[in-house]
Amino acid sequence: MKLIAQRIALGVLLLLAVSVLIFAGTEILPGDVAASILGQAATPQALANLREELGLNDPAIVRYFNWLGGVLTGDLGTALTTRQDIATTLMPRLWNTLFLAFWTAAVAVPLAVILGLLAVRYRSGPIDKAISGFALASTSLPEFFIGYLLILFFAVKLQWFPSISTVYDGMPFWQKIQAIVLPGTALLLVVLAHMMRMTRAAILNVMQSAYIETAELKGLSQFDIIRKHAFPNAIAPIVNVVMLNLAFLVVGVVVVEVIFVYPGMGQYLVDHVAKRDVPVVQAVGLIFAAVYISLNIVADIAAILANPRLRHPR
Amino acid sequence: MVDTAESVPPRPADAELLLEIRNLRIEARVYPPGEDPRDVTIVDDVSLSLPKGKVLGLIGESGAGKSTIGLSAMGYGRGGVRITGGEVVLNGRDIMKGGIRGFRKLRGREVCYVAQSAAAAFNPAHKLMDQVVEAALVHGTATRAEAERRAKALFKKLSLPNPDTIGDRYPHQVSGGQLQRVMTAMALCSEPDMIVFDEPTTALDVTTQIDVLAAIKDAIRDTGVAALYITHDLAVVAQIADEIMVLRHGKLVEWGGTRQIIKEPRKEYTNALVSVHHIEHVEQAPTPAPLLKVENVTAAYGGSDVKVLKDVSVDIHPGQTLAVVGESGSGKSTLARAITGLLPPEEGTITFDGRVLANALHDRTRNDLRELQMIYQMADVAMNPRQTVGTIIGRPLEFYFNLRGRERDARVADLLEKIEMGKGFIDRYPAELSGGQKQRVCIARALAADPKLIICDEVTSALDPLVANGILKLLLGLQKEENVAYLFITHDLATVKSIADSIAVMYRGEVVRYGPKTQVLSPPFDDYTDLLLRSVPEMELGWLEKAIAGRRMESAGN
Repeated sequence: MKLIAQRIALGVLLLLAVSVLIFAGTEILPGDVAASILGQAATPQALANLREELGLNDPAIVRYFNWLGGVLTGDLGTALTTRQDIATTLMPRLWNTLFLAFWTAAVAVPLAVILGLLAVRYRSGPIDKAISGFALASTSLPEFFIGYLLILFFAVKLQWFPSISTVYDGMPFWQKIQAIVLPGTALLLVVLAHMMRMTRAAILNVMQSAYIETAELKGLSQFDIIRKHAFPNAIAPIVNVVMLNLAFLVVGVVVVEVIFVYPGMGQYLVDHVAKRDVPVVQAVGLIFAAVYISLNIVADIAAILANPRLRHPR
Repeated sequence: MVDTAESVPPRPADAELLLEIRNLRIEARVYPPGEDPRDVTIVDDVSLSLPKGKVLGLIGESGAGKSTIGLSAMGYGRGGVRITGGEVVLNGRDIMKGGIRGFRKLRGREVCYVAQSAAAAFNPAHKLMDQVVEAALVHGTATRAEAERRAKALFKKLSLPNPDTIGDRYPHQVSGGQLQRVMTAMALCSEPDMIVFDEPTTALDVTTQIDVLAAIKDAIRDTGVAALYITHDLAVVAQIADEIMVLRHGKLVEWGGTRQIIKEPRKEYTNALVSVHHIEHVEQAPTPAPLLKVENVTAAYGGSDVKVLKDVSVDIHPGQTLAVVGESGSGKSTLARAITGLLPPEEGTITFDGRVLANALHDRTRNDLRELQMIYQMADVAMNPRQTVGTIIGRPLEFYFNLRGRERDARVADLLEKIEMGKGFIDRYPAELSGGQKQRVCIARALAADPKLIICDEVTSALDPLVANGILKLLLGLQKEENVAYLFITHDLATVKSIADSIAVMYRGEVVRYGPKTQVLSPPFDDYTDLLLRSVPEMELGWLEKAIAGRRMESAGN
């Protein structure tokens, strides 16, 4: 328990450090927000007024704490370009991103683990090679290429799914699912191979242990050995790589969201980076960091819980 | 002399055979670096038979094929080993004909296995009880409740503490000796006809070994199970086996009744195994000026309150050997770490050659480091596998004496001569050497620094008895030539008798007995030394019963 509390405290600390980094990063970017909003034709007086209004004249540290205080109370600030409250625009997009990530993960994680188990069971045979070959091929292809291939075949030629994955509030669940099938598949092909190969490697590593031989000498079948004796001891590395990939599903979807015009966080981020909308970039960056760090904390905690030495001390 | 190797030892005519192995041949494919893979023969034309309820001891050095033969009775080949010839007949049928499905049916049901390291052989993720009853459940020989009841009865028979609840524990919550007994219970739980014991007590301390041995022997007698008992320790197998088979390089050397093998060995090799450890070493008297004085040293890891060394004081005299004995966890190796400065003592002083040594390693001079060298138990991990023998031995010559080029090579060749290996080995890599040769190279590396004291940490424990004996003789010879002192750490009392001038017995971080060898090994003994001495197996029929009886009398208050 103490270990878990330590991990969580460490995660919070890390998140604070990241917030400093994000703030400092946007601070040292060249150029001036007011100038970029008003354009080249702005008068010096107008610039000065806007700076005053945006609080750009305060020292950086004051602005950091104002920002941080706002974030902690749920106020992510106001977008410079649209003058809208960031939190209210961001929330539905965050949910969309999480919706896509969740359903992709719900298919990808079990599939990857099962394929990994199968690859170990039939290791070095045709099944193992086919699984590994397919997985490697799908990772080697860039996600935008996979995305366009999917659109070409399933949206344009076969017309099974829409090529533009629009979702909106109040859309029926099945339509939503139908809309995310193509982007979800593109993401699945990206993350599947990594998780499957790691599962395979982690279990193969455990298969060298003496207790696997014990199980074999009890007359257990290969699949029972892998499932009952190897898998429980390979959980920690598997959970780790699964969490890394889940994090990717949330923070690394930018390209796929843009291709499928999916109204998620990635698209929102790209739009506002182009417009130099610093508060939005900061807010999205912070949310991505939070997702990343918390998933890694979950992985650490799972690894602790999976270890009987830590769960049941002497 | 008549060749009796092939003959079956005398048995009652009506003995019903459980296992019969005929002309067994086992091969493995090896992949030597830089060469084409080739097949080597691990077991060559071995035949044996085992009547129901009897125990056959398989004995030999590592590489003799003992474990391979034992596992072949279960149709199992470890690490790509293949059975390429012969028959294995179990309960009247040739198991080699059944294929993998046939093997799975007999494993865990007709034949069970007890491994050398129970700590590694238990799955850390599951409770002991789940693992103990697993085989019975998989083969459907018992319901879960029946199997658990039987397991608890076996725990009790094997004198495990809390037999009703120990099954709820995880492997890491139980000591090594207890785990070994749980593993025996696991093997007995599905009521097999035969158990293969693969060095079940080798990894244990002598004081624990005796209990486990007695428990195994009782369990075998009470359940009437037959056993193949594999070990390299003839004294151990003599306590348990009805017959003994001596193997070497995968071939049968001698097979006979236990009494015949240990009392009247007919083969020279068997005789060498029986009479191993007979090194005569006359102890030297202490000198007035000790080389190393350890005074009142107390040490702990990481500032913890648990002291791993408590007020330890010993002396080592120039050109003499101090043996430090005790079971694992007694602080033997920690003492070595304190002397070398790897674990700076919290209190006490270490005086070496008349000067006080700095506590911490990084405060010591290069000369201090040079004069105090170490040799380790695991020779193969103590050497860089990518360096040649010449580089390994040459390194201290460069580092301490700035020897280069031809001068250095000449000295390396000289050292190789001293360890009886010859300069042909100068270009070899550690992987090309046998276990004994690796340890010799480590000795040469220590000698290269021209030290006054060498700390030998269990240097012979990982070696076969005959090879270990060669190393001990070499060390004694070098001591005479070079006048080097040894701090010899070991758990093996027989080794101590062959090499020590003085002895320190350690128990839980303290020196409980210390003095010249003859004095330490003569009565009256303190309780712990007495227990230690009486736990060392002797090559004598009935020794185990006597030793156990002696203990019982003591605990009864005599």
